[in-house]
Amino acid sequence: MDITIGFTVNGKAATVTTDPQRPLLDILREDLHLTGTKYGCGEGFCGVCTVLMDGKRTLACITPAKDVDQKTIVTIEGLADGDKLHPVQEAFLAEGAMQCGYCTPGMILTTVALLRENPQPTEAEILNWMDGNICRCNNYPNILNAVRRAVREARR
Amino acid sequence: MMKTRDSNSDGRSRKSQSTPIASQPGTLPETLSGIDRRGFVQLLGAGLLVTVFEGIAEAQRGSGGGGGGRGRNVSARIHIGEDGTLTVMTGKIEMGQGARAELTQSAAEELHLSPDAIRMVMGDTQLCPDDGTTAGSRTTPSTVPAVRQAAAAARMLLVGLACKQWGVAENSVEVRDGVITHPPSKRSVTFGELAKGGAAARALDQPPPPNVSVTPVKEWKVMGTSYARPNRRDLVTGAHKFPSDLILPNMLHGKVLRPPSYGAKLLSIDLEPARAMKDVVAVREGDFVGVAAPTTFQATQALEAVAETARWEPAPHPSSTEVYDYLRRRVRSKRDVENPFAAEMAKAARGFRQTYRTAYIQHAPAETRTALAEWKDGNLTVWTCTQAPFGYHSELMRAFQLPSECVRVIVPDFGCGFGGKHTAESAIEAARLARAAGRPVSVKWTREEEFTWAYFRPAAVIEIEAALDEKGQIVVWHFININSGAAAVQTPYRIARNNCRYVPSDPPLRQGSYRTLAATANNFARECMMDELAAAAGADPLDFRLAHLDNERLRAALEEAARQFNWRERRRQKRAAGTGIGLACGTEKASVVAACVEIAVDEAKGEIVVKKVTQVFEAGTVVNPENLRKQVIGCILMGLGGALREEMIFEGGRMLNASFGKYLVPRFKDVPELDIHLRNWPGLEPVGGGETPIIAIAPAIGNAVFDATGKRIRQMPINLSTAKSSQTAS
Ligand code: FES
Ligand code: FES
Repeated sequence: MDITIGFTVNGKAATVTTDPQRPLLDILREDLHLTGTKYGCGEGFCGVCTVLMDGKRTLACITPAKDVDQKTIVTIEGLADGDKLHPVQEAFLAEGAMQCGYCTPGMILTTVALLRENPQPTEAEILNWMDGNICRCNNYPNILNAVRRAVREARR
Repeated sequence: MMKTRDSNSDGRSRKSQSTPIASQPGTLPETLSGIDRRGFVQLLGAGLLVTVFEGIAEAQRGSGGGGGGRGRNVSARIHIGEDGTLTVMTGKIEMGQGARAELTQSAAEELHLSPDAIRMVMGDTQLCPDDGTTAGSRTTPSTVPAVRQAAAAARMLLVGLACKQWGVAENSVEVRDGVITHPPSKRSVTFGELAKGGAAARALDQPPPPNVSVTPVKEWKVMGTSYARPNRRDLVTGAHKFPSDLILPNMLHGKVLRPPSYGAKLLSIDLEPARAMKDVVAVREGDFVGVAAPTTFQATQALEAVAETARWEPAPHPSSTEVYDYLRRRVRSKRDVENPFAAEMAKAARGFRQTYRTAYIQHAPAETRTALAEWKDGNLTVWTCTQAPFGYHSELMRAFQLPSECVRVIVPDFGCGFGGKHTAESAIEAARLARAAGRPVSVKWTREEEFTWAYFRPAAVIEIEAALDEKGQIVVWHFININSGAAAVQTPYRIARNNCRYVPSDPPLRQGSYRTLAATANNFARECMMDELAAAAGADPLDFRLAHLDNERLRAALEEAARQFNWRERRRQKRAAGTGIGLACGTEKASVVAACVEIAVDEAKGEIVVKKVTQVFEAGTVVNPENLRKQVIGCILMGLGGALREEMIFEGGRMLNASFGKYLVPRFKDVPELDIHLRNWPGLEPVGGGETPIIAIAPAIGNAVFDATGKRIRQMPINLSTAKSSQTAS
């Protein structure tokens, strides 16, 4: 049986009637046309589908619709404030932390979540936190520099 | 069989209702690479459309994928709009390798214009000249020169137009930042002013002038700098539309039935369970069975429902453990495997014979195969990710019996290729489903489909026979690559009797190109064997190589890597237990690479950790240092995966590790200390750098494992449990 869920995405209210097991990823991309959140594996192994749910790092591909009711979601489209980019987006631009850019939204949101939970992470904590996200271009060094820059900026 | 993304599959239709939140719901975004015909008219100015398309059609007919697309009117490559907007068109695509930046720089350099003032339309078969497949590191040596030539010609034609208006000589004017100036009379005109009324566009609609010359390297202003990818901002905001992000009004999501195992034949299937679902279209055309539905979730359920009714006849298929014997037994020509220098081998002071093996691995591109197809009035348009837009164009023409002008392939910047996106299966699947549904259909492969039904980097069996004379010089070298390919099969070392060959076999899996093709396998086997021979000759691996090496550029790279790594000093020092160092070098696609690595080995745990990589790479003159650095690092890290872990495991015709949970690609924690040195070889034209930097890492690790443990591992991935003793058979 379909269920109807209500939640907030990037500050706007959304109501969706759908199968309770349908992944949030599909709802974002196919119903709400928020395609900045990507599909990479559908199994929780790559992190390209990362969004913030109630401020927490969440893999949209393994989050069923039924768990999204009454939640607050932030996707990559909701990070910037109008034309003003979020500092983590700025850090990724400044460090050239993308090649194809397919993993970039997930990497950025994972970094945003890190800064919320642990504003002053150690190098090892950064590696542990980011390790769930795959970059097939293997642009890891630039991405790490962007995360470090974001941590520095957040400290100021 | 296909795995769903969740456990619910009661087979009922699910209609989801919601309101799109994105700014342009249900419309195709006007990305540069995704603009429609009308958008293009707006972009270029209506009056010129015919000219432009004719020029392009002609360019397409003429160039045949050679990579140049030259010899046509300049307007086939470069267009100036009435507002002065410069648009450059190329059949190359952007997948993260940096072609968009590099080609924009090239055009800017020759147009004497800021790169930000240039729009680059890529990979659209209707608008762009056929520059050939984006592969083989050919963009830099072929398309960069073609774009530079066209841009220089365009500048000359614009200068000619201004000079004619002013009645002055062409050599009396200067061009800077899109402004043509005549200093003696203090007159100046911008490209934009010149373009009003279409005069400039008409000027470009001519063949290139005969005396076009491009800017010499020492005068480069934009080329040679680290110009960043022009659409980078859209990548951090999520605004960029990858092919899998495109949505058309009324679009359905498609799914295709896959056999339960390789080679299985479909005996029967019932489509009714899917057809009974609301809004679901189910199609069978011969062996092709697919469904389309308003959501991916519904399509997956519909496909599962019909899959349950399918009866299959399986076919025998070897497992990954027997694949090497399988390939060896099925060599196409037994004679080609034989050593023509067997007599010399027998006479030499010492002979060695070894077999190296490399596993089947996969590209695992970030974005899986995807295509959106739309039919309109008998014309087919497909938006997709491919390195071969024109190849897809031909495949679609053949599949649907369509004339060339009825097919258009558009390739928005997409997520990774690595040589893995040359075949049009997802495009054909989407087009079939769209034709049956009478609506646009998007097909996106799951990761499991990508890991199972895309093609693979071929496994290799490499047989080497070598002989040393009493002075420790290699006198015979017989090197046979079975199955994986000829790239870098020839040795760069000076050896009197030398026979290197690729011998095809009968592969059990679909195989194709992969970043630098077989060069990784060939270089792995050769460079590890060189170390074996060095050890047998009692020589340092570095000295042993240099003693056999004439290639000046490769010598320079190897010597510099050794110097930066402090190789000689470190060889003399005693290494800590469980620590090893190794080096390797190689050349392919006109570039050279050398690497030194330090590793830590835990033999009890079977663990190899790469601590540090020093790598020197040289590809002629550097066009974009930062982009080249990223490519070199990307190659090294991607190469770590194939060197240490990646391997397709199959049995009974099924892939057993078709998941990122089981097929372990490199991650953040795998990144070693990286010490990268890009050499410039002055006076040498730029060549591509996205492939060759991958070929040195695996053999350097293999050699370091020997240094640490005394064990030779003659297989990729390098796994301590397959270690053999160091003794070389003679
Ligand atoms: S798509 Fe969600 S983790 Fe890979
Ligand atoms: S930039 Fe391509 S996958 Fe990360």
